[in-house]
Amino acid sequence: MVRLTIDGKEVMAAEKSTILEAARSVGIKIPTLCFHEKLHPIGSCRMCVVEIVGFTEPVTACDTQVIEGISVTTQSETLFRMRQETLKLLLSNHPLDCPICSKAGECTLQDLVYEFGVTQVENRLPAISKPIAPYATPMIQYWRSRCILCLRCVSACRELTGAYAISCGKGEDGPTITVDPDKCVSCGQCVQVCPVGALVENKHPDRWRPWDIQKIRTTCPYCGVGCQQFLHVKDNKIVSVTGVEDGEPNMGRLCVKGRFGYDFIYSEERLKTPLIRENGVFREASWDEALDLVADKFKKIISEDGPDALAGVSCARSINEDSYNMQKLFRAVFKTNNIDHCART
Amino acid sequence: MTNPVKDILKSKVILVTGTNTTENHPIIANYIYEAVTKYGAKLIVVDPRKIKLVDICHLWLRPKIGTDVAWINGLMHVIIREALQAQPYIDERTTGFEELKQCVEKYSPSYVSKITGISAQDIEAAARLYASEHPASILYTMGITQHTSGTNNVKSLASLAMLCGNVGVEGGGVNPLRGQNNVQGACDMGGLPNVFSGYQPVTDEAVRQKFQKAWNIQSLSGKPGMTVTEMIPEAGNKIKALYIMGENPLLSDADLTHVEHLFTKLDFMVVQDIFFTETAKYADVVLPSACFAEKEGTFTNTERKVLRVRKALEAPGEAMEDYRIIAEIAKRMGFPMNYKTPSEIMDEINSVTPSYAGIQYDRLDKEGSLTWPCPTKDHPGTPILHISQFSRGKGLFSPIEYQPSAEVTDPEYPFILTTGRVHAHYHTGTMTRKGNALNRICSEAIAELNENDAATLQITDGSYVNITSRRGRVKMKVSVADTVDKGVIFLPFHFAESAANKLTNTALDPISKIPEFKVCAVHVERA
Repeated sequence: MVRLTIDGKEVMAAEKSTILEAARSVGIKIPTLCFHEKLHPIGSCRMCVVEIVGFTEPVTACDTQVIEGISVTTQSETLFRMRQETLKLLLSNHPLDCPICSKAGECTLQDLVYEFGVTQVENRLPAISKPIAPYATPMIQYWRSRCILCLRCVSACRELTGAYAISCGKGEDGPTITVDPDKCVSCGQCVQVCPVGALVENKHPDRWRPWDIQKIRTTCPYCGVGCQQFLHVKDNKIVSVTGVEDGEPNMGRLCVKGRFGYDFIYSEERLKTPLIRENGVFREASWDEALDLVADKFKKIISEDGPDALAGVSCARSINEDSYNMQKLFRAVFKTNNIDHCART
Repeated sequence: MTNPVKDILKSKVILVTGTNTTENHPIIANYIYEAVTKYGAKLIVVDPRKIKLVDICHLWLRPKIGTDVAWINGLMHVIIREALQAQPYIDERTTGFEELKQCVEKYSPSYVSKITGISAQDIEAAARLYASEHPASILYTMGITQHTSGTNNVKSLASLAMLCGNVGVEGGGVNPLRGQNNVQGACDMGGLPNVFSGYQPVTDEAVRQKFQKAWNIQSLSGKPGMTVTEMIPEAGNKIKALYIMGENPLLSDADLTHVEHLFTKLDFMVVQDIFFTETAKYADVVLPSACFAEKEGTFTNTERKVLRVRKALEAPGEAMEDYRIIAEIAKRMGFPMNYKTPSEIMDEINSVTPSYAGIQYDRLDKEGSLTWPCPTKDHPGTPILHISQFSRGKGLFSPIEYQPSAEVTDPEYPFILTTGRVHAHYHTGTMTRKGNALNRICSEAIAELNENDAATLQITDGSYVNITSRRGRVKMKVSVADTVDKGVIFLPFHFAESAANKLTNTALDPISKIPEFKVCAVHVERA
């Protein structure tokens, strides 16, 4: 363990841990922007600068390891000004389009600018000509003008997804992130880590604000991994899906199906009423009529051909409680074990 | 899975076989990437297709399709020949080692090479790599199981894992990655013809008595029922009526034209689903059900983790939760099922299913998930199976001989067809193909053909081919790539308009009754 002092408080930190981790372990908050808990420190934004007694220059807390005996200051007039300058620099070519930005209300940059009381930005750079740049997947929109080049998306695509699709390159008028369409798997992890409104979903025209939605935690309905996801619901409609950061097994990750594949729910083709086939044509029916018909037919077949003339295909997608009930229906009510599902396909 | 997903990060060696993990289980692939790139795990890929994981693996073996028992025996031959096996583990925890040793003796690298097409050197290298570091994890999916030798393939992988002491240890295990969100749960809940919930056999008198008492009835049948692959061929014969809940066999089963014909022979068919599926067209009654976001409940994932499903939306129109529809049918047949909520059903599951006895909604809401077996309310769950001993006592080595696939190529049908999924779609597309999002990424089925074969047949990338088997014909767009080997064509099976399963063979594994989706003989020509 390493002993150090942070804001006058004695802290014991693990070897090779960072000053940021040590501070957080005792509840001292250092502002961050590019830092993300799941990623290696990026060190691109300099919001987390701190002073160390005896050091001539402040250091970044996210990627500076603890040293035995140092005394760290996280809040001072100088640091406040430095952080304000950092934010002003970011704002110098970041459009102040918060009213139309879908990230407003949950934007880290917006929160920091508010916290540090930045009211004026001198030397604003001219706006870039094309605010929206093409992206590798139709699922995502890249608002290049809003990108602060924190590189979280680059790191997440490497470290969390392993796709290595995103890198930082040179655009027509300055640096930009570039995405290789052959490597992009449309998982949207880059959207989930983007601290501003640069990477946003490009799914539907619906608009919502974070305070309009209810987040409901559930389990993804696709493959067998069982990813934990939040359904963001506004007015009985899912507007987006995000991974639950501390939920096993996915720990925040989702794939293209888990994140974007929910619009089938609203398909016009959903079955909304029971149907009965009559003379080769289906017609709508009431529940009572349909269920009576089913029960009568089953009873007739059981009495004429025995219970083993009935067979059931249960469901590998429905919930456990449905599966349990289905086998109970076949075994307890119909008196046959002819119940199976598509585990083999 | 014997082990949890996060254990992959603790594996020193990962053997991936018969799973295109990046496409089908992307999040598990993320873990494999992390294990390899961050923690230095060694990755062995054994797959006939050049899947994406090959890019980061240390060794890739490309067996001829359907020769899995041979290469696994080859690996075990080398491990035993070079005395790399975990002898103390074998002596203490397993039985049947001598029989296995005798069986694999003839599977020398050169003999195996002739069957599998893998070089003798690569067989040796893979064996040494797998046995070199501990723990080693094996991950597999349907590329291993969807063969007439599927059960044998799995038993062979289990032997390989036990041989190196990799079962019952953190970071090890034999791990099938299950392809559907609740296929584990559907099995756990007794959605199988031979067992009640928790794999309690219907043939066991004491088990039947327990369920009779719990369900308040006089009798239960002790005769195991039919699997799907057995019941559908009996349509119109032994089987007069089918009740299908949330499945679409008319796209997912082998030899669809035959299945279609069989459905017309039924007296009565009920389909309960969220969409009017290919199968629903043949129904007499179609019942609308609620989808995952419209109901409370639980799924059990591939790790045996029970996870909550929560209601976020109202179901459209008159659509209803499946358990309520079932209860309504039961009621009309003189059997009341008075569950007010799914949590009441879980209470009943707890009372009759020892492995689920400690899994309640309030615990799940608090703890996030619980992994069965979880026999009591204060049990933490069992993320790793077989830790101190195997469920059956001693781990059994099964000596298994290689047998060829049911259908092999001939001059008339010279290509091997193999099927699978693509990452933007899921199973029969009843969910992924009904919205506009995923269809924007992948709107059409694309077959994969080797560049040499394409040149010989004068087929260009992006053109269309006709693929014919003894059972049917399908027209599909083709991608010319090095993903598949010479003599092989890969088809995704999600697409009703070019349904790969019109071609596949219904030959079954004799034990699991799984069809051989991964191998059949076809003819390929320009369309």
